[in-house]
Amino acid sequence: MARRTAWSHRIFGFFNLLFLLLLVVLCIYPFYYIFIYSVSVPDQVARHSIYLWPRGFTFVNYKQIFMLDELAKAAGVSVARTIVGTAVTVFCTAMFAYALTKPQLRFRKAIYRITLATMYVSAGIIPWYITMKSYGLKDNFLLYVLPTAIIAFYLVLIKTYIEQIPGAMEESAMIDGANVMTLFLRIILPLSMPVLAVAAIFSAVNQWNTWTDNFFLAPNLPTMQLVLLNFLTDQTSNLMALKTNMATVSSSDIQQVTPTSIRMTITMIATLPIIFVYPFFQRYFISGIMIGAVKG
Amino acid sequence: MNQTRRKTDWLLWAMTLPFFLLVLLFSYVPLAGWSMAFVKYIPGLSIFKSEFAGLDYFRQLFSLGSELPKAITNTLALGFLGILASPLSMILAILITEVGRSRLRRFIQVALSLPNFISFIIVYAIFFTFFSVDGGIVNQLLLKLHLVSEPTNLLGNEGATWLFQTLVIIWKTIGWSAIIYIGAITSIDMELYDAASVDGAGRFKKALHVTIPGLLPTFTVLLLLSIGNLLSSNFEQIFVFHNALNHDRIVTLDYYSYQAGLVNFDFSLGTAIGVFKSVTSLIILFAANGIIKRISGNSII
Repeated sequence: MARRTAWSHRIFGFFNLLFLLLLVVLCIYPFYYIFIYSVSVPDQVARHSIYLWPRGFTFVNYKQIFMLDELAKAAGVSVARTIVGTAVTVFCTAMFAYALTKPQLRFRKAIYRITLATMYVSAGIIPWYITMKSYGLKDNFLLYVLPTAIIAFYLVLIKTYIEQIPGAMEESAMIDGANVMTLFLRIILPLSMPVLAVAAIFSAVNQWNTWTDNFFLAPNLPTMQLVLLNFLTDQTSNLMALKTNMATVSSSDIQQVTPTSIRMTITMIATLPIIFVYPFFQRYFISGIMIGAVKG
Repeated sequence: MNQTRRKTDWLLWAMTLPFFLLVLLFSYVPLAGWSMAFVKYIPGLSIFKSEFAGLDYFRQLFSLGSELPKAITNTLALGFLGILASPLSMILAILITEVGRSRLRRFIQVALSLPNFISFIIVYAIFFTFFSVDGGIVNQLLLKLHLVSEPTNLLGNEGATWLFQTLVIIWKTIGWSAIIYIGAITSIDMELYDAASVDGAGRFKKALHVTIPGLLPTFTVLLLLSIGNLLSSNFEQIFVFHNALNHDRIVTLDYYSYQAGLVNFDFSLGTAIGVFKSVTSLIILFAANGIIKRISGNSII
């Protein structure tokens, strides 16, 4: 009897693992395929399909892409919105959260509730579009930064965290004559680092991935995501633009790249930061969602 | 003392009001835009100077030739299919926790939840790479193995749209949703498992009689939350996968609103669709919340 259970245990374990690894392949292989395509020699891979290994090995696609002003600029905008946007979100939301923990602040409960309600209130795309335009945010970098300065979900996370910091830390500083701003900058911010890291990592991924604001309101400030979208929806004209653009850059490599190889390479560049960041910061994501689940 | 107190108050307000102002400006002021649904709005002209239209746009919405029935059907179909798929992540979580070696388990967790963190543009780029009718790797492979005689156009297949979009969303989110359940599984009392072992329960019976009942509260809350969000189809997903061939099966309320407003520049009609969606959503949300309150005593709002 015991032997039989041990066997069925093992057989189940084996097939379970096999099944899960199959799912892993379904989730990882697409990224791997795009990667090997992007480093294959473009005209060779256009003629023979690849599955497991790149055909040849070259960085010609990457080289070509970064020689284009448009793409280099898009990468710059993406990086800038991720860094600036994340810094603004974390700093503003943390300061707001700290102020809202102070009992002497009148109406703090109402302010908190009205802010939380933004998780459920959405005006819809057209009122949003008209409003942003009327604020003068069209083709303005602030469009990427200001609307996300306060995020209700992070506000919940950070406020909950600050509330459980022992009040004694603040009191001793207050005797030394520190005001609320100093308390926030010198004591609360450093002590809240764990939760700020969670908010920062969520926010950075969001900033990198967001594109609707860019698509609707800032066509002249394209990010990597938008460049990829344009390439997917309108391949031929983009390749034409790319080729005329490239003619001025370097004539020897032009014939080598193909629309597909360029598409794969842009996809890879837009994905790489996530692939590099997510596995290493996974525990931050998980702790964020767990605190959120408990509070929400 | 009084003076320092007043100074503190002043500083505290300075640390609050600017941010509260941002909240109002970016989340509440746009609500005033709903008034566009009730006037003949012409871009560039102030709403107050626009001609009052009453409920004309809503009448237009419910009249013949409107895409509203199509949009509602698609939104509900995609929403319900998503809800139907939701137990899958719970099952996946149970299977993952059955993996003994913790390093391997962690690797599986990370790999399966990775797609959740890429944008829908990249999701589309991937599905395009694999399923496009000319040169998609799946079609190439099927042709090579002589399983099909000509390439299939899954991305433009109207009949398969609902199912295909559900598969896309499962691929993207299942691993990450499973992580929430894994958290819930680890918080189940170990004594329950020991007691089940004493009673002679095997792996399967333990999952059936201990793990699943332990996960039910989490499942119920998540289920009702998704019912509350039934009409909030993912605009980004619909936008990237939409094309002329699958339009009739993929146009959702959000997409219809976008199309009316920002493609055809009928801002008032587009807003009316948005208002209709928001009000209906709110009713569904409160209904779902009422059910949760009755079942668990908790509230999601």
